[in-house]
Amino acid sequence: MAGRAEPVSPWPGIGAALVVAVLILGTLAAVAVRAEAGPGFGPSDWAALRFTVTQAVLSAVLSVGLAVPVARALARRRFRGRRLLIALLGAPFILPVIVAILGLLEVFGRAGWISTALGWVGMEPIRIYGLHGVVLAHVFFNLPLATRLLLQGWQEIPAERFRLAAQLGANGFAIWRLLEAPMLRRTVPGALAVVFAICLTSFAVALTLGGGPRATTIELAIYQAFRFDFDLGRAALLSGVQLALTAAAAAVALRAASGEGFGSGLDRAIRRWDGHSTMARWLDGLWIIVAAGFLLMPLAAIVLAGLPGVIQMPAIVLRAAATSVGVAAVSTLLLLAMALPMAAAVALGRGQAIEMAGILGLAASPLVIGTGLFIVIHPYADPFDFALPVTALVNAVMALPFALRILVPAARSVVERYGKLGLSLDMGGNAFFWRVMLPRMRAQIGFAAGLAAALSMGDLGVIALFADPELATLPLQIYRLMGAYRMEAAAGAALLLLCLSMGAFWVLDRGGRWHAET
Amino acid sequence: MKHLAFAAGVLSATAAWAETPELTVYTYDSFVSDWGPGPAVEKAFEEICGCDLKLVSAGDGAALLARIKLEGERSEADIVLGLDTNLTAAAAETGLFAAHDVRADYALPVSWEDPLFVPYDWGYFAFVHNADAEAPTNFKALGDSDKKIVIQDPRSSTPGLGLLLWVKSVYGDEAPAIWEALSDNVVTVTKGWSEAYGLFLEGEADMVLSYTTSPAYHLIAEEDASKAAAPFDEGHYMQVEVAGKLAASDNPELADQFLAFMVSDTFQSIIPTTNWMYPAVTPEAGLPEGFETLIEPGKSLLLPAADAAAVRDVALGEWLGALSQ
Repeated sequence: MAGRAEPVSPWPGIGAALVVAVLILGTLAAVAVRAEAGPGFGPSDWAALRFTVTQAVLSAVLSVGLAVPVARALARRRFRGRRLLIALLGAPFILPVIVAILGLLEVFGRAGWISTALGWVGMEPIRIYGLHGVVLAHVFFNLPLATRLLLQGWQEIPAERFRLAAQLGANGFAIWRLLEAPMLRRTVPGALAVVFAICLTSFAVALTLGGGPRATTIELAIYQAFRFDFDLGRAALLSGVQLALTAAAAAVALRAASGEGFGSGLDRAIRRWDGHSTMARWLDGLWIIVAAGFLLMPLAAIVLAGLPGVIQMPAIVLRAAATSVGVAAVSTLLLLAMALPMAAAVALGRGQAIEMAGILGLAASPLVIGTGLFIVIHPYADPFDFALPVTALVNAVMALPFALRILVPAARSVVERYGKLGLSLDMGGNAFFWRVMLPRMRAQIGFAAGLAAALSMGDLGVIALFADPELATLPLQIYRLMGAYRMEAAAGAALLLLCLSMGAFWVLDRGGRWHAET
Repeated sequence: MKHLAFAAGVLSATAAWAETPELTVYTYDSFVSDWGPGPAVEKAFEEICGCDLKLVSAGDGAALLARIKLEGERSEADIVLGLDTNLTAAAAETGLFAAHDVRADYALPVSWEDPLFVPYDWGYFAFVHNADAEAPTNFKALGDSDKKIVIQDPRSSTPGLGLLLWVKSVYGDEAPAIWEALSDNVVTVTKGWSEAYGLFLEGEADMVLSYTTSPAYHLIAEEDASKAAAPFDEGHYMQVEVAGKLAASDNPELADQFLAFMVSDTFQSIIPTTNWMYPAVTPEAGLPEGFETLIEPGKSLLLPAADAAAVRDVALGEWLGALSQ
């Protein structure tokens, strides 16, 4: 390769980014081309746009804002069950929407645990439906994710820095100012952008907890354009707006997330000498308990609801579970095949365009991708034959933004630290990638793979559009059970899904750091 | 010689396989699910047709129509099963459907004359509540009461659209006032039927928009008589589910055979306890035990397909206006 010397080749990453961009923008274009002229952007669309952006901004700011003290507390404290708690943090995020809504309302609803408890002491039940309900639900989904992303930032501060700080007698505030705040300045914008993009495409959660059509989001408007009006042009237009908003948010975040890294350390286990005051212990403990309570109560509700259904699990549900595991495995491999070269290319300084392509996966409406793929595939083959591969691919693209947020910082520090050494040893790009980069990024790869597998397992995604009666995934089977009045069996299947997703996440995440300390 | 016989066997087997005609039926997801009518229907039809019946699911009724519109004349489908009368006008407009010649003694409360579509089941929309609670007897009483209801969004759900047309067909220009009165009763609006029904079972609302036949599921499948549908004296809006044959079908005779089979005793007796709707033609053995406990509305409401399509957008605007305040 001509030009400047680089330890690995950026081209596979650039290629992967192109594939993603073509998938997302190409399907959008396919839908737009099939469109007939319809009404453009109406007043109701503007209302939907306002509501969508408002709730997404609030949700992102609150999720990430609350994640800072929670992640700090988790980074400073060591306690029994910490690993389990961190693993469970992944759970809300991977639940099928319908299951999560029912779990949340079991706790926060009109007849939920909290309202019932308030009733015992003669108080009014809480009113969950409204903008605050939407934000609460989105914080439930995204606080854990934001916490994990920030916690990772904490873990990337070399242990030597904390040692040095302790030797110099830095107190908690000084450590915050010198080490933690600069780290947050680099990680928070990315986390904000990711959560914002996730909430931008929310539909069923926003509608149900928003209490009615006031809470109409752009995604619902897309849905309406497809099935109520069959107006593909409007669907494509609205989907384009979603993509533009996400791209704008990502651009702002990437620009804001600048600043020097900490350099590298010797990979010692991190020890903290600060935060030993009673006050700091109590505060950290309080944050951990509040966050754990908020996240684990709805999960407990889902588990309790699912237990009776587990006993009489139909064989068809088990078959669907096997299908889901297969799809998740393929999807995870696809994700790594795209994300690793992309992360390497970004680490080489090959630009924001790649990161941007990565984040678009979040903003793409599954309905538009699904329909676009359908339009593209249909003239040549039966789209149903591709149901599972397409689902695996789309799930991988949807998980890409998270994977990049996780992998890019690690890839950067590997290139910074070992890049020149690799060049001076005349290691080929391949050797550097396989012998240096991958082993150094094992923990992050495990985390990203775990997240991708869990996400893919729980996602209904495009399978609903291409579903074959014989090849249902577990989330689809849960919807089918509910559609056939079998709520108890559905709750049992949801519990199975929760266990499978958590299991996949746990195995991959731990596999990546089997000798490391988290 | 052995090899030859083997080869001949394989060849004739493939030939036989290739000759088995395939009938492709597009339908909604809950029809093909293991708990729906799909598996039993497939088995029964394959026994008499000497064909392979391929059921393909595409979301729900509205998604089904969108799929057919996307595919146009190149569609693999021979039959589309699962449209309702709110969609048939738009479906007929595509010009993709062919006339049928099915005659049957329909048990529908309204007369059925449609050149393109054959009904296979029907039901009444109704608010379902716990049997031990008092229920209002019409929309005005519901609006005045403090009962909490959960409904579906008409933009994403078939029952949601049904409720919209129910109110519109009874109250016409007064519909916005009814919706305004109802707005403080509506706990929330969900994307689909499953979410709404799940919320109701969790106790989030006193009543949920569903069907008069919903209590039959609880009674027959769960031996639970605790659910009831509230009879409204304004009458109940109906949903009639239909199937039609595509003009571009490769197997028009087989498609006709399927439509005739659809109104036969075999198919119709599968419907009540799998789709939890009334069969379009009452089976010889009658309705399953338990159905006699269901409420029977005094008045059946159904807008003609063309009117339903025309009134839909106005009604949606009124609904959005009343509930968005």
